[in-house]
Parts: sequence; C-alpha cells; structure tokens
Amino acid sequence: MTAQVRGVAAPTRAQVPAGTLRTDRWWLLPAATTVGLLTFVVYGGFRAFQQQYFFADERYLTPFYSPCVSLGCASEPGSAHFGMFLPDHPLIPYAALSLPFLLVFRLTCYYYRKAYYRSVWIAPAACAVPEPHAKYTGETRFPLILQNAHRYLFYLTVIISLINTYDAIVAFRHPDDGFVVGIGNVVLLANVVLLWCYTLSCHSCRHVMGGRLTHFSKHPVRYRIWTWISALNTRHATFAWITLGTLVVTDLYVLLVASGTITDLRLVG
Amino acid sequence: MTYTARLRVWRGDTGGGALTDYEVEVNEGEVVLDILHRLQATQTPDLAVRWNCKAGKCGSCSAEINGRPRLLCMTRMSVFEPGETLTVTPMRTFPVIRDLVADVSFNYAKAREIPSFTPPPDLGPGEYRMKQADVGRSQEFRKCIECYLCQNTCHVVRDHEENKPAFAGPRYLMRVAELEMHPLDIADRVADVQDEHGLGLCNITKCCTDVCPEGIKITDNALIPMKERVADQRYDPLVWLGRTITRRRDRPARG
Repeated sequence: MTAQVRGVAAPTRAQVPAGTLRTDRWWLLPAATTVGLLTFVVYGGFRAFQQQYFFADERYLTPFYSPCVSLGCASEPGSAHFGMFLPDHPLIPYAALSLPFLLVFRLTCYYYRKAYYRSVWIAPAACAVPEPHAKYTGETRFPLILQNAHRYLFYLTVIISLINTYDAIVAFRHPDDGFVVGIGNVVLLANVVLLWCYTLSCHSCRHVMGGRLTHFSKHPVRYRIWTWISALNTRHATFAWITLGTLVVTDLYVLLVASGTITDLRLVG
Repeated sequence: MTYTARLRVWRGDTGGGALTDYEVEVNEGEVVLDILHRLQATQTPDLAVRWNCKAGKCGSCSAEINGRPRLLCMTRMSVFEPGETLTVTPMRTFPVIRDLVADVSFNYAKAREIPSFTPPPDLGPGEYRMKQADVGRSQEFRKCIECYLCQNTCHVVRDHEENKPAFAGPRYLMRVAELEMHPLDIADRVADVQDEHGLGLCNITKCCTDVCPEGIKITDNALIPMKERVADQRYDPLVWLGRTITRRRDRPARG
C-alpha cells in the first residue's frame, strides 16, 4: 500500500485521480532549497578541513576557523586568540570547538527544520502535495525528538557569536600599523552583525527572553525584549539564508586575501 | 470583462466520483463561489456546495482550487488567466459527503477533547480583569474562523489517516496555546498538548500558516511557543533544576 492510498486516496475521501492538482511550480522552492543547503554544506565542509588560507593580513580570521584552537593554528601567528590545544590532524577542523555546535544549532533551528523537512525529506515537499513516506511519527521519537535541545545550541551559539564579534573587533588592529580599516573589516563586521540578527531572532531566544511568561504586564522589561525579538523573529528565515551567504562571502574574502589572489583595500591607516 | 471560464468540478459522493467539465460565464470582480453559484443556477441545480457569509468570515466554503486549499468566496477569478482551466474539489483530508461538501466532524470531535477555559475558582463571572499586554497573544488566535483549511492542508493527517486519533491538528493545537497563554487560565495544558493532542507529530512545515485566510501565524506564534513550553517541562534539565530549587514544579510557566 503506498502513501497515497493511505493519504488523500484513503476510503471515504473524494476519489480524485491525482495526488495533487496543483498547477504552479511547487517543486521549485524545495529544489532550490536543497541546492542552497547542499552548496553550503559542500563549501563549508571543504573549507573546514582545508586548514589553509584562514588568516589574512595578520588580522582577518575567517569565521570557519574561529576560535582557532588547534596546534596547527601556529602556522598563522596571531590567529589563535584563545590558545592552541587540539591536536593538528587532517580530520580535526581547527575550529572543532565551535563548528559542530554551529552546525547542530542550524540543524535544530525551527526555520531550517521546515526547510529540510520540505526539501530534503519531502515531508511534505509543498502544501497539499502528498509525501512519499508510508509512515510518519514527526518529532516524537529518536532521533528527531532531539530537536528539543535547540535552546542549548542557542546558548552555545551566543558564546560563539561573542567570539566572532571579538574577532571582528580585533581585526581593526594590525600588529605593525595599529588601527586600520580595510574592506575586510567591513565584510567581517557586516557578517557578525547579521549573525547576531540570526541568532537573536531564534524562536528559542524569543521563548527564553519572555515567551514563556504568561503575565507580560508583571515583567515589562522582558515584555519589551520579547517584543523586539518577536519583530526580528518574523525575519528569521531571511536571516538564516542571508547568514549562509555572508559566511561564505566572508570566508571567501579571507581565503582570496590570504592566498594572495586579491589585495585587501585599506580605507583607513 | 466578461469571458467564459472552463471549470472542472469534482462531482460525487463516498461511493465514487469524477471531475466534470463545465463552461461558465465570468464577470468582472467575481469570486470562485460566484461562478459555482452561476453553475448551480444555470446548469447543475443539484451541485452541492457549502457556503454562508460570502465574506470570508464564516469559514464554510473551504475547498481546493487547482489543488490549493482556499476559501471559495475569497478567491477572485482575476487571479487566474481567462484561458486557464480551474479545478475545484472538496477538501481532501476529510470524508466527502457530496460534491464540494466535506464532512468536517473530525474537527468538532477534536474541539471537544480540549478542556475548556479554567479560571481561578475564586473568580466569578464579571470579575475577570486582565491587561491588554497579557491577552494580546491569545487574541490573535481568536481571529480563527474555523474554516479548517489548516487542518485540511496539514500533512500529518492529510497523508496519514492513521494519525487522526492522536493528532488534534493546527487549529486545536492553537486553541490549546490560546488557553495556555491566557492570563486567567490556570489549567496546566503543556503535558496534554504533547501526550493527548499530538504536538510532537507537528514538524513545523508551516502549511497551516500558509493557507490561513485570517493570516494567523499559527506556527510561529502558537505551535513553536508550545513546543518550547514542552521543552521547558520535559527536555530542559536546567529549567527542571530551577523549578525544583524554587519549588515551582506544579505550575511551571506562569510568570
């Protein structure tokens, strides 16, 4: 018995000779989402393990290598702001303390869940389009019940975002030239601002900051914060995609400068 | 502009049915329900279609137009190309009664499963006082017209008939959220929403929000906040520890 016989073709329902009668290009969005997510995963995976071209102009550290805590970070003096203690091994990313958590934060994010459930898992690909699965248990069982740990990843991501912010700020100081502003600073700063927009617009953040309250009137400060986060939260999906883009652009910029392909344009200093 | 539209309307009942072709006149400013009424008046007087207010407020005329769950009375003909064939079927998640009329009693049964508003026992009728900031969230959910388009489009029951006993559907999960967030409701609904109403089955793919004719943000404002409250109670050891220390385990989220 196929999913369709169980679903819209189940007995007692109107017997329509098609799983879906949608005439629009409903497949386009899930297809584009799959391509977008796959592109990021492939690029991010390649860069995380490349272990090269991650620190440019003695001050730009790419977010894919932040914090740089591997012994291998010694190849780029000044890139390790928090010590070097992880072994230098090809299978251990230099930012092994942050990348797995950032990945799981996005995997358990309410927006990305929607995105990959629809595109990769096809449950469902689009509204009123039958899904191919014969059985469905949602997020009631292992492993998907672990999606409930999203808030912990949020807490960890706040810490990592603080580290990214620190990286963006210290990048204004060149070891020889002192305070300088280059295009790379603008790129790093824009990236970190957008990362904060994504992180703070998180549904778990909205809940923790005030959503869990029943009487907002008794907690005016938390209510105000909840209101701000709610406004940001309406754009959570937009920030989710924008930050995938800015992470790649920022990393690519550092890579190109570090490899000598382009030169960073100094605006000040 | 007046033109002749091509319609394919599902005709039948539980014994079977088929899409039947018609050609019907369309005038400027008309909605799909107007066209079905003209079809009924001029060609098929036995066509069954449920409707009432014709203003998007009663939630009666829910159906599927070109495969998309919509209100017949709020779908303008002008959104379709004049040469386009319109396919109209009943909602496909519920049993069909006849033609475009579906049996939505599943939803009434789910409504009855939710314990009603529970004010404090010492508060009598007429004594309810609450601040706007506290009721704002619940008020959004009160805009629901119970058209059941969200219930119809939710794949949890649309594609899996076997989930119907365990899953209340987005409309009634939202009803639980409305009561849970109500400043005067003292019932603890968090355990029930997971165990009795099937919140865990929801995978937040937002189709309910996409089809809501009232524009209620069902997923972001009701379902996800309820998932977070469940996480508070079930999956967050820090919250559990905090409540244990402060002895607030009996009524956790009432700030």
